Order: sequence, then structure tokens, then C-alpha cells
Amino acid sequence: MTFRLFSLTTMAALAALAQSPKPAPRAADGHPDLSGIWTNATITPFERPRELAGKEFFTPQEALDWEKGHVRNFDKRDDIKGTTADVTLAYNDFWWDPGTRLFQSRRTSIVIDPPDGHVPALLPARQKQLQEEAAARRKRCDRPGCGLENSGQPGPADGPEDRPLMERCLSFSNAAPMVSSAYNNDYEIVQTPGFVGIDVEMVHQMRRIPLDGSPHPASDVRFWVGDSRGRWEGDTLVVDTTNFRGETQFRGADENLHLTEKLTRLDADTLRYRFTVDDPTAFTHPWTGEVTFVKAKGLLYEYACHEGNEGMTGILAGARADEKKAAAPGNR
Amino acid sequence: MGRLRCGWTLASLLGLSSALGWGQDANGIRRTADGKPDLNGVWQAMNAANWNILPHSAGPGPASALGAITAEPPGEGIVEGGTLPYLAEAAAKQKENFKHRWTEDPEAKCYMPGVPRANYMPYPFQIVQGKDTILMTYSFAGAVRTVRFGDPGKAPADSWMGWSVAHWEGDTLVVDVTSFNDQTWFDRAGNFHSDALHVVERYTPRGRDILDYEATMEDPRTFSRPWKIDMPIYRHVEKNAHALEFQCIEFAEELLYGNLRHGKGESK
Repeated sequence: MTFRLFSLTTMAALAALAQSPKPAPRAADGHPDLSGIWTNATITPFERPRELAGKEFFTPQEALDWEKGHVRNFDKRDDIKGTTADVTLAYNDFWWDPGTRLFQSRRTSIVIDPPDGHVPALLPARQKQLQEEAAARRKRCDRPGCGLENSGQPGPADGPEDRPLMERCLSFSNAAPMVSSAYNNDYEIVQTPGFVGIDVEMVHQMRRIPLDGSPHPASDVRFWVGDSRGRWEGDTLVVDTTNFRGETQFRGADENLHLTEKLTRLDADTLRYRFTVDDPTAFTHPWTGEVTFVKAKGLLYEYACHEGNEGMTGILAGARADEKKAAAPGNR
Repeated sequence: MGRLRCGWTLASLLGLSSALGWGQDANGIRRTADGKPDLNGVWQAMNAANWNILPHSAGPGPASALGAITAEPPGEGIVEGGTLPYLAEAAAKQKENFKHRWTEDPEAKCYMPGVPRANYMPYPFQIVQGKDTILMTYSFAGAVRTVRFGDPGKAPADSWMGWSVAHWEGDTLVVDVTSFNDQTWFDRAGNFHSDALHVVERYTPRGRDILDYEATMEDPRTFSRPWKIDMPIYRHVEKNAHALEFQCIEFAEELLYGNLRHGKGESK
């Protein structure tokens, strides 16, 4: 009995030890060491779902139920079996890899401020601008054979410039801010005393973050991931990013997007990432999201998106074939 | 706690000393906290090797309408001995590549340039030197190489920038690069390789702002023997030196997809 009690206690102690995460390591210069391969894959919704209004956090049981439900919905395609939609979705679902877990924080949305978990409304002028752009796009496609109706991304395909940035391998939404998307939600951070580099696996977009106190370049100089400058505030790396190209349109933002990101290594396995989106010509007020990075298993590999972009050839060739078909005598 | 604070002070002193330049040795070589050469910085070669790694005269460029803007400058070459030991079939293929170089060069298509070409393109690259990983991040095409120390295992697949595994030999960073695909060229002159390419690179600091760079290429399907290039690579010392993102895809789309544009098909 005594023995059993002893071993139980030991086991409990060992279990507690195994559960308590190791503290965040520090670099030789004394700052927290953010280096490593991280993932932010999650099924935590970007904005709070309507049914969770007013609820900032899941309880542990609710979180489990949510995760279970997600996996079940993910595999359910019985309703469309044997249809074109099934084929299209099967392809897309093959690629989807947002993981199966909510963030450890059990937050019900990535957006944490405003507290309702929703991205603030776009300013009326910005809304109008985006609507006009969309209408112009539709109008350009107002002819037989145009539209790629069967694709996941309808719209004109007169040339590569018509296609979304992702199809052109130019920019994905994983890089700035670093919010998980369809797949490849992996990041490798290499930290030196004067510079932090973040290799974003998706389209190998590179975050280059000098910590030397230097200013952003002139506003004429624009980049897909913007221009980042970082500094340490206590144990948090604060990254200030401007000089974005307007086409990225993160959640409706324009070229005046000003991103402030805060990276804090909570422990050996966890990185808390908060990003604040400030764009005075797009949003009614700034807003903030929170994402948790955890240590990824395995290494980061080269994602040669553009180099292997047979998809673009297929999209354009398909659109030309559709046009030809629509122009054929029987179809006029 | 006392010990911890002591460690902290030491660490911050070390950080301070390197910030003030005390982390340099007599040759001016910067060193990291663990005593290795500190290669962090923005670097670029200064030669005409991207046009042709072999000795070559000046010549016309791809677009005579643009005058001297696209013309090819002369270069004395970076290949030891001044020739490449092509196998007969490969020599013929290089000639064919040369004929179509302005449209077939992967650089024109904004493809990742491979190694060692990435290191002598006319664009800067940045070395981000961590403890067990080095990122080499290139301005051109946003190409990135992850250089890992130790044993990262085998490459899961061939790639454009290869699989880089490093170790130190004294002050020389030796990078063994394998698992290339056969899609990249060494230059705009159509010099090429197969997917059997194996590159061994040596980066040796010569003072603070110069790296002596050597690379040995072995590819028994293309060349009859290994061959070597060498050149200095210079540090960008200007205050705002950065390897800025040069995402060139949008400038290659006409070349790659122009024949598939709306309106193009009918005229053919």
C-alpha cells in the first residue's frame, strides 16, 4: 500500500513535470530567443461566429466539442457525391491543412479587439472603392465563355494579371500579418542581435526585420510584405511594418496599412503573436488579432509556387477553350 | 538568483562588446558569441559572371531597340582554368541553350536561381546566421536557402535551391549542397547542369567586409570532372543596406503566359 501510494505520487509528480513547459530560452545577447520552426495552423475562426456572440473563450469541454465537430464536418461530402462540385471540393480539401486544433488560449476568434471579435467596418469611401473594383471586374467578364464558372475563383482570365495574387504566387495572406490560411502554415525564425529573418513557408515569402533603429524607406518604395523594422520592448519583439503594396488588400486594407506586430515567447514551445491593423483610409478604427504559434514538427521545405505554376497555364488555356466553345456556331 | 543575474550581466556585456566592435579579431573578422566568424550582413559579388561564368567579350543584349541598356559587359570569368569540362552531349545542349538564352534562361522566367548562381547575380543577398541554422535570403525572386548544421537528414525532394548542410572548418563555412533539380542554369549563356549536381561551397572571411567564395561543382552526367569557381563577395557597408524583396513574377508573366491571353488565340 505504502509502495503503491509512493509510486502514485511519483507518477503524479512526473506527470506535472512533463506538463509544465520549459521556460523560453534566451539568446547570447540576453533577449528572448524566438528562433525555431513554428506553426500557427488553427481552426480558431478569424472572426467570432454568430452563435458564439458575447463569448470570448471556450470552456475546455466546449473546445473539445468544437474540435470534434470540425473534423466531422471536414470529412462530410455525402451530399454532393458524384457532382462537379464534389470533384472541385475534393481537390481543394486535399490541400486544406489548417490543422484540427483551436489555439491553446481557447479564444473563440483571432480578432480580440474590438471585443466583439469582428473586424471593424470599412469606411464608406473604401467600401465604395472596393465595390467599384468588383463591378468593373464583372463588367469586363460580361461576354460568353468568360468567368471560369467552375473554378473556385470566378472572374475574368484574359491574362495572368486578372487572377488573384495567390494564383499568381505573388502573395498569400500568411505573411504580413502572419495568420494561418489554407495550408503551409509554417515559419522558420532565425534571430541575430541586429536582425530577425522569418521564412514564411507559403510561397517562401521572407520577412526581413532589421533591429538597428533604421527608418522605413520613402513611401514610394513598396513591397508585397511591406517594409518591417523591429525593436525589443522588454521581452517582446515589436515589429512595425508599412510600405505595403495596395493590391494585397488584407481584409479590405489599402496601401496605407500600418501593421504593428508583437511576438512574445511564452515558453519553449509557445509564441504569442499579436498584430494590430491600422489603416485610417480603410477601417473605421484600428483592430487587433491574436495568434498562437507552437513548435512545428519537422523542417521547412522549399515551396516553389511560381516555378511550378502549371495552374496558371491551365486557367488561361481553359478560359480560351471556354471562349472558343461559346463562339462555336451551335452556341451563339 | 544571484548566479542568474551574474550570467545576465555577462551576456549583456558580451552583447555590448560586439555592438562596439570588440567582437573583432586582429584581422577585423567579426565573431559571434560562440567564437565563429560572424557572416551576418548584406553581400554581393561584383563581376559579370551572371552573363557568362566563362571569359567573354562585350556583346549585344536581347533588345537592341533599348540601346546599351541590355548590352552584355565583358568579363574575365570565374571558372578556374577558364573552360568547362562538358561531356560531348552536354556541350551540344549548352550551345542549344545559348541560342535560346533570352527566353529560356530561368532568370528570365523569374525562377529561383539555384546555387552557386544566386551568389553572383547582380543583386544583394543577406546572411542571417543563427546558432544552428543560417538563412541565405536573396533579393532576386525572393529565393531563400536554409543552411542547416548537423544532420538534417535526407532531402525529401529535389529543389531549386538545393539541400544545404554546413559545417565549420576553422574559419571557413563549408556548405554541401545536393538534391537540386535540373532546371537552373549557371548563367545567361546557357551553362547548365543535371539533377546529379553536387556543390561544395566554401565561405572564408578575409577581414570584415570580404568573403572569399569558392564552389566546386561535380555532376558526372554533365561534366567529365569536377570544376571550381572562385571570387570575392563584398559586404554592403552603406547605412541602409538591405536585400530588398525583388518579386519579379509579374515581370515574367508576359514571357510565360503571353500566348494564352484573350485575343491572342484567334489571330493564330
